[in-house]
Amino acid sequence: MTETIHTKLLILGGGPGGYVAGIRAGQLGIDTVLVEGDRLGGTCLIRGCIPSKAIIHAASRFNEMTKAAAPGGAHGVKLAAPPTLDLAETVKWKDGVVGKLNGGVSALLKRAKVRVVSGWGTFTDAKTCVVGEVTIKAEQVILAAGSVPAALPHIPFGEDVISSTEALDLKALPSRLVVIGAGYIGMELGIAFRKLGCEVTIVEAQDRILPLYDLALTKPVKTWLEKNGVVLHLATKAVGFEHGALKVNKVGDVLSLPADKLLVTVGRAPRTQGWGLETMGIDLDGRFIKVDDRCQTSMKGVYAIGDLVGEPMLEHKAATQGHIVAEIVAGQNRRFDPAAIAAVCFTEPEIVSAGLLPDDPGGSGDDVISAVFPFQANGRALSMAAGDDGGFVRVLARKRDHKVLGLQAVGQHVSELSGGFALALEMGAVLEDIAGTIHVHPTLTEATHEAALRALGHAIHL
Amino acid sequence: MGRYVFKLPDVGEGTAEAEIVAWYVVVGQAVDEDQPLLDVMTDKATVEMTSPVAGRVTEVIGGLGEMAAVGSPIVVLEVEGAGNASEAAAPSPQPAKEDARPVETAAVAPTSTPAPSKPAHSEPSAAAAKTPVFPERSEGEKPLASPAVRRRAEDLGIRLTFVSGSGPAGRILHEDLDAFVASGGQTALATATASAYAQRTAVEAIKVIGLRRKIAERMQDAKRRIPHFAYIEEVDMTELEELRAHLNATYKQRGKLTVLPFLMRALAQVLPDFPQINARFDDDAGVVHRHAAVHIGVATQTASGLIVPVVKHAETLDLWAAAAEVARLSVAARDNKATSEELSGSTITITSLGPLGGIATTPVINSPEVAILGPNKIIERPVVRHGQVVVRKMMNLSASFDHRVVDGYDAAEFIQRIKGLLEHPATLFID
Repeated sequence: MTETIHTKLLILGGGPGGYVAGIRAGQLGIDTVLVEGDRLGGTCLIRGCIPSKAIIHAASRFNEMTKAAAPGGAHGVKLAAPPTLDLAETVKWKDGVVGKLNGGVSALLKRAKVRVVSGWGTFTDAKTCVVGEVTIKAEQVILAAGSVPAALPHIPFGEDVISSTEALDLKALPSRLVVIGAGYIGMELGIAFRKLGCEVTIVEAQDRILPLYDLALTKPVKTWLEKNGVVLHLATKAVGFEHGALKVNKVGDVLSLPADKLLVTVGRAPRTQGWGLETMGIDLDGRFIKVDDRCQTSMKGVYAIGDLVGEPMLEHKAATQGHIVAEIVAGQNRRFDPAAIAAVCFTEPEIVSAGLLPDDPGGSGDDVISAVFPFQANGRALSMAAGDDGGFVRVLARKRDHKVLGLQAVGQHVSELSGGFALALEMGAVLEDIAGTIHVHPTLTEATHEAALRALGHAIHL
Repeated sequence: MGRYVFKLPDVGEGTAEAEIVAWYVVVGQAVDEDQPLLDVMTDKATVEMTSPVAGRVTEVIGGLGEMAAVGSPIVVLEVEGAGNASEAAAPSPQPAKEDARPVETAAVAPTSTPAPSKPAHSEPSAAAAKTPVFPERSEGEKPLASPAVRRRAEDLGIRLTFVSGSGPAGRILHEDLDAFVASGGQTALATATASAYAQRTAVEAIKVIGLRRKIAERMQDAKRRIPHFAYIEEVDMTELEELRAHLNATYKQRGKLTVLPFLMRALAQVLPDFPQINARFDDDAGVVHRHAAVHIGVATQTASGLIVPVVKHAETLDLWAAAAEVARLSVAARDNKATSEELSGSTITITSLGPLGGIATTPVINSPEVAILGPNKIIERPVVRHGQVVVRKMMNLSASFDHRVVDGYDAAEFIQRIKGLLEHPATLFID
């Protein structure tokens, strides 16, 4: 039975960009249809942020218990026997978390009166999308098709060569895991599997880990890798994978790294194929869809958001764009013009960064004040054994008017500082604003306060 | 951090007050030394006031169109160092307008007398006093504003690039946005591109200030006081035009002559015989001042309106000297550089619209003068000469006179004399 739906707004993709756009459009009373080929929630919810954080959490608990079972225990906590891991159970628990959130998104869309059409949507022109027997004709369109893991052409995915998606669904723990790519995905998963007891080797083509951040910020992570026996091959190129071993070229030497599973995390590519983009007459900008600051594509009435439109490929950017575009469709004046998009790495320890980094243009020099406050001098960090891994909070500010340009931290649990960092930057805070805000004791946020005080030349606890 | 009170300096001899005609700064704005603060206009000239110090504007005193007395404070700046006004020495209320003879405090005196100022405005908030002086955004720098302010600006259709911020680091606050909206924020008005036949409903309120107000006042005054009468005569310009073409071709290097210098020459020749016309009538005193000198006002259109620079002693100038002086003065007037001296003292005025001259005008007398001439355009017309219809270059000469002191008969004779000189141009040069 064929059906034609006429709607005001069509959203392609039920990830965090698409479903937020859908809910907001529904709130604004816009007749909206959302097409999703998989489960609602997208990469983030189904096979990215959320499931990976669940696995990382389980791995950290397992790791702590392992420490407690070691001779001497950990701060007085001792286990008589080492813990055991049933990865299938862990994955099941993780699936439960994902299921709960997936159901939540579904309920939210329903409450917003958004019609969800399940199935693979293919556009036949810029305003017409075919999903199986259903044809949807829309006045306005939001493209939110997301991204897919990028593959290495000479080491295609399949069998033991896995992407982050499969890594989060493993039935059994590989004893030897090799990770290609020391970006945030490879680092997060590599560290988690190390905590779960795998032998982990990380191969990175550049000469450093987490190349998007500066050396100071990544040093505590590197130290953890070294202390915990993760083998790191920097400035090393993966050549090929055969007979259960990865051949790499490390400054001229060819090494063979045996691997039960090879995890390829060399970035993500926008999903610009397989849904009829080529029929829509939309301009690209490199591999991304070209949009203006209203997320408007070159085709009038067609918007694109999230991973489709460029870096950073982050959930919160996609969701913000979805929110804004729904309001634009409702006739409001909106622009995507953030002061900062904070980013977090759930490595060990965690890294959070908002705004300018020292290596960015304008991030250092005579015009910039940079001040660091170490968690070693923070009571809360010490009281949860998080003060000895080299972590710190850093603030960068403009010398002439003390405007805060960037805020970063590395240390356990620092991901939760990201909200404060982003807020400071969005509000256009100056150092005096942070210094004049009472930060709760005992919390890690005191380190932010102290970093600002130190930038002003008068830290108290240092 | 100190306060620096910028007082209106003496802008011209004998000037007691000046009108504020343009503000270039707003409260909260950082200014550099020598940055323009405002324009004030005296009787004759518009003068740009620049900041003597670098600092941040904490107060501007006086709105557009208001009169400020010389020596009265007009801008208060927050500056590095001590400034020129201490909070302790703060001022008794002293409304600017009452202070009409502030000769002793006229100059920008950085020390000495306590600064007169409105106390209600003179207390910078504690926060403002502590924060460093923040410069304005540099070129291309993103404006600093909280998400809520940015969102409101979007809703209002305002680009924050055009809004100055008074918060720390130049942050744009809700108050700044309010002020921008209240000021009319001309830049924010959406210029919708509609169809040529769309209904137009906009009404723009333009405050009549500065030169425009001056013109309005003087025109009104002239029309109220002076019973005008107009007299229009036609002049055969054929021979003068031939002579003019010949002179322009022969003496190229001396510069190009228009009709105006010939008319000025004619006035210089004729006026000694019509002393009642080359005069200024002080009607309050009931005295007509008849001038031997011929100071000819030349009405000049400038970007901001009509002004009348004066060619002094036209009787001493030959054609080219007169042309050069007119050219010099009109450039000075258009560039706003004419001095008060150059803009006053005329005894008679010529107002010419050149090719736009029309066939007749009834010019308004430049009070307190008693006559004004308005040559109209020169056009080839068929006229009868000796029983034949011939083509001649004809020009109407319009004129207005103050009937209180100029009789119709004298005016007519005056114009006939000018006509005679212009039609026989050789006679322009006979003593």
